[in-house]
Amino acid sequence: MRYDDPWYDALASGWGESADAGAPAAVPTPRGEDRAPADVYLEVQRSEAFREVRSRYRRFVVPAAVLFFAWYVAYVVTATTAPEWMARPVAGAVNAGMLAGLAQFLTTFLLTWAYARHARLRRDRAALELRWDTQELARERGGAA
Amino acid sequence: MTGDHQTLALLLFSAFVAVTLGITTWVSRHRHGSAEEFYAGGRLFSPMENGFALAGDYMSAASFLGISGLIALVGYDGMLYSVGFLVAWLVVLFLVAELVRNCGRFTLADVVAARMRERPVRVATGTSSVTVSVLYLVAQMVGAGSLVALLLGGTGEAARAWTVIGVGALMVIYVSLGGMRATTWIQIVKAVLLLGGTVALTVLVLLRFHGDFNRLLLTAAERSGHGEAFLAPGLAYGGDWTARLDFISLGLALVLGTAGLPHILSRFYTVPTARAARRSVVWAIGLIGGFYLMTIVLGFGAAALVGPDAVRASNTSGNTAVPLLALDLGGGAGSTGGTVLFAIVVAVAFATILAVVAGVTLASSASVAHDLYASLRRRRGEPRSEVAVARLAAVGIGVVAIALGLLARDLNVAFLVGLAFAVAASANLPVLLYSLFWRGFTTRGAVWAVYGGLVPAVVLVLLSPVVSGGPEALFPGVDFQLFPLQNPGLVSVPLGFLAGWIGTATSAEVPDEARHAETEVRSLTGAGAV
Repeated sequence: MRYDDPWYDALASGWGESADAGAPAAVPTPRGEDRAPADVYLEVQRSEAFREVRSRYRRFVVPAAVLFFAWYVAYVVTATTAPEWMARPVAGAVNAGMLAGLAQFLTTFLLTWAYARHARLRRDRAALELRWDTQELARERGGAA
Repeated sequence: MTGDHQTLALLLFSAFVAVTLGITTWVSRHRHGSAEEFYAGGRLFSPMENGFALAGDYMSAASFLGISGLIALVGYDGMLYSVGFLVAWLVVLFLVAELVRNCGRFTLADVVAARMRERPVRVATGTSSVTVSVLYLVAQMVGAGSLVALLLGGTGEAARAWTVIGVGALMVIYVSLGGMRATTWIQIVKAVLLLGGTVALTVLVLLRFHGDFNRLLLTAAERSGHGEAFLAPGLAYGGDWTARLDFISLGLALVLGTAGLPHILSRFYTVPTARAARRSVVWAIGLIGGFYLMTIVLGFGAAALVGPDAVRASNTSGNTAVPLLALDLGGGAGSTGGTVLFAIVVAVAFATILAVVAGVTLASSASVAHDLYASLRRRRGEPRSEVAVARLAAVGIGVVAIALGLLARDLNVAFLVGLAFAVAASANLPVLLYSLFWRGFTTRGAVWAVYGGLVPAVVLVLLSPVVSGGPEALFPGVDFQLFPLQNPGLVSVPLGFLAGWIGTATSAEVPDEARHAETEVRSLTGAGAV
């Protein structure tokens, strides 16, 4: 019936994606009402597997967020407090400020790539297994189907 | 401008309206009228489609016209906007997109209310979301008005008013008939048109300088009359410390505001999984990054080819730099190429405004119906009736935005967008981050975080030099200006976070361990996600 696997991205149109042809578009039904019993979530939260996923997520996101935010604030503050430093010529008409601005673009692209790669390789599979286990556990407790 | 410009631009714009109306009718042909369908488009868009739609929602006329115009006038200082608008997406990607997709159903309030007493939290986040959306809408309406003024040569006050009304009416039709599915397709069409137009203009600018970016910069600096200073920070935000603090304030609002914009958050619900939400943000970052890099070329190109004096003569805040650049690149006024390019750029800018307006209206109608109406009425009715309320809310918000857009038509578009970002960063972001990451967060903390950011942000703007106390203020005749900065972000964002912390620390409520566990497990694994 419903295809619960999050790896299977059912598409609205298949445009730009190599979706399995012929697979009927799965229409999820609202599941907000059928809540799993609360102790299931507490149990999963305390499990080793979940802690591993959480710490992998936090170990990447916290340093990366601090890094880019500090780098952005440093850029804005330098631009407003030390414009003469930003005006130093580097090559031709290109000055230090121009390079710093382009470096912001570059670091944004790099961090995006790094995050997507980290999530795909280090987190997605474990999170998916946990999702199955949690829903299985909830079903056993008779909370929801 | 000549009659040719007007006719061609109007024809192209009518074609866009016809195509998008066609999409709306085609899409609403098989609509189910369910809340799932109306707010989230059935949740079955692909990451690439949603990435284009996110980019379409984000690249408003303020970016296309505003940033390039600012660069053409003040050089490097305008470029700082491009950087802030893009870097903001890292907050969305790292901290918000996947977790919000996993926890919520339709709106920001869903995520927060999952852990808290539902009613007060829904009313608070619903109110702040609607406030942000209305501010954002007014900015787009004002942009539409300025564009018409350019097209008609500033002659028709009535034409300007009718355009604002027309844009508003069209968006209400799109949203109330087509819901999220039609709105998403409109965003995709618009994003492709806007990126296509921007790429074409960028290539033409670079061809004019034989691919020599260095010469482009040198010509721009020379023509600006400021020389080397044009390529370094300080022309607009140098000066006294108030101006510099104002810029830091704006920078903070830009980078933190994106993650609190209701119409961006609601986009993550249109894809089936958190993984798809992440991939759509990656798409969006690629598209938006490329777009903002090109606006830099267009801005310096306008400074080099049109010249800041000509830009300023046409529109004092530089909003018309890109259409003027297109006119020049096509061969100048009177030439066929110039007329065609100019008309295309104006039509693309119109399409941009229309699409953004539709996206924001949909998000705010969801906040009204799903959060405010659903918590304030007595009993739960059929889900179908909620969609009917959302359709009515789209009409109501449309009317409010049209009225405010007509009142505020002389305000600067970039300022209004900056204000919407400041309110989003102060009122929506603290409560969202606290409820996703703070174990001890309580209902009182959530409510205080929202109002503690929303009220200071709005009050500080009312007391700022934008509203009173100067010749360029909204009410030049009176003076109740107490706050020196134009953008409240530097003060109101920390206040929002602080209020949330104080509210939690002072509340007697014991944080619900089980519901926190539920939020945390669901946000990171997707268990039980709709």
